[in-house]
Amino acid sequence: MNNGAIIETRDLRKVYRIGQVDVQALRGVDLTVQPGEFLSIVGPSGSGKSTLFHIIGGLTPPTAGEVSVGGQNLAALSDAGRTRIRRRTVGFVFQKFNLLPNLTARDNIAVARHIAGLGSKPDAQFDEVLRLLGIAGRLDHKPSALSGGEQQRIAIARAIVNRPAILLADEPTGNLDTENSNAVLEVLRDLNRRLGQTVLMITHNPEAAAFGHSTVHMRDGRIVDRTTTNG
Amino acid sequence: MTGKLVLENLKNRPLRSLLSILLIGVPVTLILTLVGLTQGMLSEAQNRQRGAGADIVIRGSTVQAVTSTSTTTIPARMVDKVQEQPHVKLAMGVINDRVELILGLTGLDMAKFNRMTGGFKFDAGGPLQGPDDILVDRLYAEQNHLHIGQTIKLINHDWRVAGVIEPGKLARLAVRLATLQDLDAATGKVAQIYVQADDPANIDLVAGELQRLLPNFKVNTMAEITAMYNVDQIPAIKPFTVVVAAIGVVIGITVVWLSMYMVVLQRTREIGILKALGASKTFILGIILIEAAMLGVGGTILGIVFSYGAQWLIRTLVPASFQMAIAYGWWPRVAAVTLAAAILGALYPGLSAARQDPIEALAYE
Repeated sequence: MNNGAIIETRDLRKVYRIGQVDVQALRGVDLTVQPGEFLSIVGPSGSGKSTLFHIIGGLTPPTAGEVSVGGQNLAALSDAGRTRIRRRTVGFVFQKFNLLPNLTARDNIAVARHIAGLGSKPDAQFDEVLRLLGIAGRLDHKPSALSGGEQQRIAIARAIVNRPAILLADEPTGNLDTENSNAVLEVLRDLNRRLGQTVLMITHNPEAAAFGHSTVHMRDGRIVDRTTTNG
Repeated sequence: MTGKLVLENLKNRPLRSLLSILLIGVPVTLILTLVGLTQGMLSEAQNRQRGAGADIVIRGSTVQAVTSTSTTTIPARMVDKVQEQPHVKLAMGVINDRVELILGLTGLDMAKFNRMTGGFKFDAGGPLQGPDDILVDRLYAEQNHLHIGQTIKLINHDWRVAGVIEPGKLARLAVRLATLQDLDAATGKVAQIYVQADDPANIDLVAGELQRLLPNFKVNTMAEITAMYNVDQIPAIKPFTVVVAAIGVVIGITVVWLSMYMVVLQRTREIGILKALGASKTFILGIILIEAAMLGVGGTILGIVFSYGAQWLIRTLVPASFQMAIAYGWWPRVAAVTLAAAILGALYPGLSAARQDPIEALAYE
């Protein structure tokens, strides 16, 4: 199971137990993502998008099936192994930004490097990324002093500071107005085009999905369609 | 970076942090005050014993601890017998009554006392004149706002304040030996005999001879007596200190446990974020334990500062009743115990945080 793909899942299944009831969140997902691809994942609530995102990101193990991320079989990894994947292989961007409120933007980025064991100071080339994101002048502010768009761009900077193979973005524009949404989507597209960053983005918004090279449609825990967009 | 993360967390909830530090600091103050009081009062009593100018002390056979006033069981004629022994320069019988928890009234043969010690130094007034006169030390006079000529009631007897003396010479409240013997129905008896040798080189020789002469009494050199003024020699003080320390530890553990439990609840989402960034269980546990340790350090420092406050209060309000030393030697011990309690208290909340599911934590509102 590796044909150069950076992400590959085969018959991926996930069952959650809620009280006495088993909920089948994923019912056999086959997905292949090539390095440098910008893939959008769309689908209604409960379609399994977030569960797929969590499994690929190493936040939870699959119940059955195979999942390879950056050449590592996540299904075989322990909790500690998945933790290591989250440090260096994947970077997360969330709908609610999820910045640490007590730290400045700079420290929010630094903490990701610290956890990955890379020291706190980003390398010199990262300054270029900060300029690309348009946040170089806002780094000494705490999240409460930043706009939603700025917070999300800080979150993107934090997600890619360790140069992960994959950037996972879960509804990154869900809490933003149109202007900021477009700015964030442009940033993601820029990162993909300029740095070759692989991006997986969950979205409800078809316009946002159109920023990707291709779009995967999910329903009832399965991929029902995959379309190529202009990107 | 970890330190910064912890520090920012503490700064972000200043009231919680300060309250936790205060609640940890209070038992630290209690322990340091208790130990300081014990050390201060022992030291004061030790200095007064040294100030007697005696080389040997003979005490009644029933006396238990050095600080307990021995019962008046020594026949007064023994004083003369001791006086007759070779190399004995002076023998002086005294009698004690307790007027407060640790404050005693001492009956003295003033003529002998003056020969042995060089006499009291007077801040005001002068020596005992009548049988019901009393000398009080400066601290007692200040605490009770006494002046010369004033009548005070002690052990159900009215005394006239004849003089205010400098503390440090055997007695803090001194009256005539005969008067106190009479009041205690102990005529012809004394509680202790203070003995001065003719030469310091003969102290051990004299002590040995006196012990042979008085096998039923306790004969100790002054060096032995002063060495007995430590916590280990005082019945119940050590267990009492241990009990207070244990209560302090329980309070500390509980305070930190509750505080850190609240922290973990409040920061569930932040813990989820750290986990999403790849923070290990050890890292999460580490920041919780470091935060608790910082609260412990803060509580220890505050407790030490408060112990100075307690000393000031005691000196200001009850200088005669209690003497408190600053227990420097206990600072490392208290710090170690407080840190251990803080870490122990933070262990369960820290482990809970470390075990949190990142997805559930991220979804926490």
